[in-house]
Amino acid sequence: MASFKSTKIPIYPKLGEKVTPDTLYWKNYKAPVQIKEFGAVTSIDFSSLAPHNYAVTASTRIHIYGPFSTEPVKTFTRFKDTAYSGKFRSDGQLLVAGCEDSMVRLFDVSGKVALRVFKGHTKGVHVTDFTSDCYHILTGSDDYTCRLWDIPNSTELTSYKEHTDYIRCGITSKLNRDIFITGSYDHTLRMFDARVEKSVMTMDHSQPVESVLLYPSEGLLVSAGGRYVKVWDLLKGGQPLVSLKNHHKTVTCLSLSSNGQRLLSASLDRHVKIYNTTNYKVVHNFDYAASILSLALAPDDESIVVGMTNGVLSIKHRKSPEEKREMAGKQRMQPVYRIFVKGRNYVPKKDDFLVSKPVKSHLAKYDKQLKKFNISKALDTALESWRRNRKPEITVAVMKELDRRGTLKNALAGRDEQNLSQLLNFLIGNVVDPRFTPVLVTATEMILDIYQAVVGQSSVVDRQLVRLQELVEREVDYQQDLLEVLGMLDTLFAASLPRKEYTVPIVILSILPKCALVHQRW
Amino acid sequence: MVEHAEIRMVHRGGSKINFREPVITNDSRFLLCAAGESVNVYSTSTEEYVHDLQGHTDLVTGVVLNPSNHLQVYSCSADGTVRLWDFTDAILIKTFIIGYPIYSIYVSEKHGGVVFLVVPMADYKSSELFQLVAVHLPHSGDQEVEARELSAVLCDVSPHAGAASFGREGEYIASVKGLQLEVFFFKKQKSYRFSLKSGMKKGAKNAFTCVSCHPKEDCIATGHEDGKIRMWRNFNQKKEYTYSTLHWHHGAVNTLCFTPEGTNLLSGGIESVLVHWHYTQENQKDFLPRLGAAITHIAVSPDGSLFSTSHSDNKITIIQSCVKVSAVIQGLVKGDGVWTNLIIDPRSKALVLNGKPGHLQFYSLHRDKQLYNLEIVQQEYIHEEGLDQFEVVNAAFDARGNWLATVEERRKKGAELEITLKLWAYDELTQSFVLNTTVTAPHEDQITAMFFSPSPETTMLVTTSLDGHFKAWLLADHSDANEGFWACDFVGGYHLLKPGCCSFSADGSLLSVGFQEVVTVWSPASWELLTTLSQPPGAIRDLCFGRLSCSKYLLGASTKNQLCCWNLLTCSLEWSTPMDVSLLQADPLSENMAAFCSQSGSSDLFVFKPSEPRPLYSQKALCTGKVQHAVFAPRDQMLESCEERTQWLNRSQLYFFTQHMDLLTFSTKTEEDRLLASSKQLMVDDSVAVTPFYLLLGKHRGQQLEKQEALTNPMAERTQLPQGSIAIKELLHTPAHVLPSASFLCAMFVRSLLISSSSARASLGCILCQRSSHWMEMEALVVHTTKKQVSLPVMWS
Repeated sequence: MASFKSTKIPIYPKLGEKVTPDTLYWKNYKAPVQIKEFGAVTSIDFSSLAPHNYAVTASTRIHIYGPFSTEPVKTFTRFKDTAYSGKFRSDGQLLVAGCEDSMVRLFDVSGKVALRVFKGHTKGVHVTDFTSDCYHILTGSDDYTCRLWDIPNSTELTSYKEHTDYIRCGITSKLNRDIFITGSYDHTLRMFDARVEKSVMTMDHSQPVESVLLYPSEGLLVSAGGRYVKVWDLLKGGQPLVSLKNHHKTVTCLSLSSNGQRLLSASLDRHVKIYNTTNYKVVHNFDYAASILSLALAPDDESIVVGMTNGVLSIKHRKSPEEKREMAGKQRMQPVYRIFVKGRNYVPKKDDFLVSKPVKSHLAKYDKQLKKFNISKALDTALESWRRNRKPEITVAVMKELDRRGTLKNALAGRDEQNLSQLLNFLIGNVVDPRFTPVLVTATEMILDIYQAVVGQSSVVDRQLVRLQELVEREVDYQQDLLEVLGMLDTLFAASLPRKEYTVPIVILSILPKCALVHQRW
Repeated sequence: MVEHAEIRMVHRGGSKINFREPVITNDSRFLLCAAGESVNVYSTSTEEYVHDLQGHTDLVTGVVLNPSNHLQVYSCSADGTVRLWDFTDAILIKTFIIGYPIYSIYVSEKHGGVVFLVVPMADYKSSELFQLVAVHLPHSGDQEVEARELSAVLCDVSPHAGAASFGREGEYIASVKGLQLEVFFFKKQKSYRFSLKSGMKKGAKNAFTCVSCHPKEDCIATGHEDGKIRMWRNFNQKKEYTYSTLHWHHGAVNTLCFTPEGTNLLSGGIESVLVHWHYTQENQKDFLPRLGAAITHIAVSPDGSLFSTSHSDNKITIIQSCVKVSAVIQGLVKGDGVWTNLIIDPRSKALVLNGKPGHLQFYSLHRDKQLYNLEIVQQEYIHEEGLDQFEVVNAAFDARGNWLATVEERRKKGAELEITLKLWAYDELTQSFVLNTTVTAPHEDQITAMFFSPSPETTMLVTTSLDGHFKAWLLADHSDANEGFWACDFVGGYHLLKPGCCSFSADGSLLSVGFQEVVTVWSPASWELLTTLSQPPGAIRDLCFGRLSCSKYLLGASTKNQLCCWNLLTCSLEWSTPMDVSLLQADPLSENMAAFCSQSGSSDLFVFKPSEPRPLYSQKALCTGKVQHAVFAPRDQMLESCEERTQWLNRSQLYFFTQHMDLLTFSTKTEEDRLLASSKQLMVDDSVAVTPFYLLLGKHRGQQLEKQEALTNPMAERTQLPQGSIAIKELLHTPAHVLPSASFLCAMFVRSLLISSSSARASLGCILCQRSSHWMEMEALVVHTTKKQVSLPVMWS
C-alpha cells in the first residue's frame, strides 16, 4: 500500500546567469551610496592605515572620505587647475597629487597647505606615486617625461625621456625602491630602474595605455588600454601572457581584490568586470550609470568605490555578517519543544523495545484536497492570490493534474463572476508563457466552452475576454514573425554549412500551433 | 523435426496467479492459487513459493478446499478433470475424469462427496451457454476414476468465478448472470428467479457481476456493474422479497466476500480499495486504499484472520486483521500490454518490462520472481476507466547498467502528445535507480527507438522520433556540481524522412538510423553522415549490427518481406532473402541472430550467423500470431553442448512473448535433466526448507541422531525391513491422513504378504492401527519369523 503521491511541481531552469560562489560574493554588497563631486572623478586611492580613508581626486579638489562617511573628512583645494592622481604614502601620513598646471604638490594629511611643491614638468602631471622607501616621488607628465624627486630637499633626481607620447599611468614597485613602470599613449609600457640611465624593459601594448597594475608578487604586470586588458610576465622579460577583450569601450582602470584572486577592470562602457586570475574568465559584472574613470577596492573588499565621468562617486559597502544572520533569523521559527526537542537526545537502553513511529509526510493543501477528490476546492487553493502571483507553476501544475484526472472541466465550471475574473486574470498573465502554454490553452478552451452562454452578462468578464483575445492575436503575430526569422536563418545556415545539420529552437515551434488553435475560436 | 527434438519450447514462469480466487488453508499457513497449468502453494507469512501441484494438462480454473478433509484440496481444469491433492506434500491423490472442460468449482460442507462444476451445456457446443452440475465423486481405490454421473442443478449460469455462492449451511445456491439472480433450494428442489430492469435510462447499469451469501443468515449480497451492492432478503418466495442497496464504488463491483462469521462484507473493484462493510450497520465502513491495482478476487481464511485480494496486475496481497498488508505475492505483471522492448538489466540480469501502470518491473528469470518495481511516472495513479494515463513506452540500459533511460507518453484525445524522457543513475548505496534528468518534450512526436552507445568511453543516448529527427544526448560534465546532467548534443535528420529504428555497432563507433527506405550510417564521434544504404521497396523496420567476427555486417528487415545484409567494408549488399521478419534480435554474447518471421498466422524462428548461408536452427510454426518481443538473456552457467543444433543456446537463452503474452523460452534436454536432478535433490527433505540456517544446523543434528540410533539400536542394521513390497512401502511412507480406508488397505496388505510367503524366507508383519475420533494414527510393527505362519492381529479401537 503506497502513500499518496503529491502533485509534481516541475522545476523550470532559471534563465540568465548561473549562481556561483563568485556571484554570491560580489552580490553581497549593500545598495550604493552616491556622492556628487564637482567634476569627473579621475582617481581614487585608499590609505593603507587603519581607518582606511580614501582620497578622491575630482576637478580642482582632493577630498578625503572616511570609510563610512558621506561627507569629506578633509579637503585639499589649493590647486590652480585640475588635479590628478591623489596618492597616499604607505604610512598614510603624506599625500601627493599632480596638476594640470605642471606642478606636483605634497601635502601632510593633517595639514592644509602643501609641504612641498615640485616644479620642473612643462605640462600637466597625470601620474604621481611614492617609491617603496617613502623618500622619493615618481611623476609622469604630458611632456613625455617621467621624473623621480627627492622629498626632503624637493629636488629632481632623474628624468627619463623615452616615451614619445603622454604618460598617463605609472606604478612603483612595492618591493624594490628603484623600480617603477610607466604606461604611455605611445602604446608602450616601460620599466625603469633608478640606478640605470635607461629603461630596462619595454612592452608593446599596441593601444594607448590607460592603466597599469602590479601583482603583489610583482611577477605579473597588468595593463589596460583601448578595449584590451593584457597581462605580462615580468620574470620572463615582459612576455605577454593573456590578452582579454571583454569591454566594448576603452578600459580606464584596473584593480585587484584583496586576496589577489580576482582582477577588476572598469571601462567607459559603464561596466566593471571581475576576472578569475587563474583562468582569466569573467566571473562577475557590475553595471553603473555612467562611464567609469576610476575604481578602487578597500582592504578586505569592504567597499567598492567607483568614480564616473559625470562626477558621481558610487560607494558600495559589504553587508556585514550580523545583518545577514538577522535576516535569516527573522524567517526561522522557534523550535517547538514538544515536537523538535523533547526526547531528541534520549539514548535507548539495552533492553528497551523500540517502536518506530511512522513519519507523517506533509501534504500541501491542494494535495490534501486532491487526495479527497475535492477538485474544485483544490483549484481554488491553487488560485489563491499569493500562489498564482508568486508561484504560477504550482497553479499550472494543479491544473495539469486535474486535466490528467479528466476533471478539469468540472473544476472550472460553476464559478461566479469574481472567481471567473480571477481565473481569466491568471490566464491573461500566463497563457503566453512558453512554460505554461500547453496546459493553459486547454484550460482556456474549456472556459470558453463552459461560459460562452453567459458572455455579455458581466462587463468585467467581457473586458477580460477581449483582452485575452488581443493578447493571443498579438502572440500569434509574434510567433509568425519569429518563424519568418527562423526561415531566414535556415537559408543562411544552409548556405554556409552545406553538409552539417542544425539545431532548431523547439520552443518556438511548439507554441505556435496551440496559439493558432485558440485564435481560431474567435 | 526429429533432430530438433532436443530443443523444446517451454513456458518459463510468469503464469497468471490472479486468474481465480486463491484459497487460504485452515491453519492460515499456506495460500493456494491456480497458476497456469498448476496450482502454486505459497507461504502466507514469508510470501515465498513453497511448491506446486503439477498434473493438469490445461488451464486450472478453480481451487477449493475439500470440505471433509481440510488438508486436501480439489482443483478443476479445462482439461476436464477434477483432481484431489494433498497440498502439504504435493501429492496427487485422485483424478476424477469428468469429460467436459470445467470453468468453476463449488463445494459445500453439507454436500459431502459432491462437487458442483460449471461446464458447457452438452447440446449447445458452439454457443456460450454453461450449466451448473452436481457430480457425485465415486469412492474407488483407483488413482483415476471416471465420474460421469452429472446431474444438472442450474442451467444458463455464468462461467466466471464468484458468480455463484452457497447459502447458509449449503441449503441453497445463488447464481447470477446478466440481470438475473437465481436461487436454488436443495430441499425443495426448486429455484426462484429475481430480475432487475436494465435501468439504462438513468445511467444505472444493473447487471450483476458477483454474488456472495451470508454464512449464517438468509441474506445474499450481489455486486453490480454500476458499483452498487444489493443485499437480498426474504427470497424464499417469489413475491415478497426485499433488497437494500449500498453504494460506494464508482466502478463495477468485481468481487464480494462475507467473512466466515458473517459480521463483515468485503468488496473490491477497479478503485483498488478494499471496502469493509459492517453487516447490519451498513453505514459504517472501513477502507484499505491504494492497494495498487484493481481488485479481482477476495478470499478469506476459514478462521477469518487473513484476507487475500487478487489484483489485476498479477498480484495477491495478504491482509492481516483487516488493516495491515502483511505480504504481497507478485507474479510477472503483464498488464494491458508490453510497450517497452524486453530488456535485460546488465547488473541483475533481470528481465525488465512494463509492470504496474507507470512502473518498470525487474523480473528474475532464473528464480521466476519479481525482484522489484521501479516507479517511473511518479504520479498518483487514478483508478478509473477511460482515463488517459502516462505509460512507459520505451526503456534502455547502458552497457554497464549505470544508466537507465525511460520514455513515458500520454496521448490525449484530440490533443497533442505529452512525452517525457527520464534518465536514471544507478545508486550503489541504495542499490536502485535514482532520477537524474527529466526532459519534457524531448521530441515533438512519438519516440520510435532509443539506445545507449555501447562504447565504454562516452555515455551517449540516441532517440529517434516520428518528428523526422534523431537526437543524441550526452552526459554534460559539470565540474562544480557532484553529478552531471544530460543535455542534447546533436539533432540529425535525413531529408525530413521519419526515422523508425536505430542501432549502434558493437563498439559504438557507428550508428545506423533507418529513415523509411534509407539506412544512414553516422559516426557518433564527429556526427558525419558516412554513407547511405538502400534496398527498396519497403521501409526499414528493424536494424541490427553483427557482433564479434560478423561486426562488418549490418542487417535490416524491411516491411516488404525482405531481410538484407550489407557489408560495411564495401558498403554493398552482401545478401538478401525474402522473409517477412517481424523481429530481429542479436545475441550480445555471440554472432548469432534470431529472426522471427510471421507466415500465414503463425511465427517461425530462424537462428543464423550473418556470415553463414545456412541457419543454425529453424523452427516452423512456433506459435500463433506475431512475436513482438524477444530477448537473449545471458545464462548463469554456460552450457557445454557440442551439438551443432543446440550450440546457439550455450551462452544465452532466447525468451519471447507470444501474442497472448505467454513468456516462452527454448531449453535443451541436458538442461532439463539438470533441472530435474536439482529438483529431486530438493525433494529429499520435504519437511524442512533448505535454508542457510538449516544447512548450518540441520545437517549436524541429523548426523548426531544417526549416531545415537546406531548406539542404542545395534540390531537396526541387521533387521532389514521388507522393503521389496510395494504395499508396505506405501503403507509406511504415505502420511496417515491421505491413506485410503483401512479395509481396503488390509486386503492389499494381506495380498502382498501372500505373495511373499511363496518364497523360502518370508517376512511377516502385523499392523496395529488405532483410530481416534478425528484422524488415524497408525503404527506399524514388523515381526520377523522363520515359520510359515501368518498371524495378523489387527485391532480396531
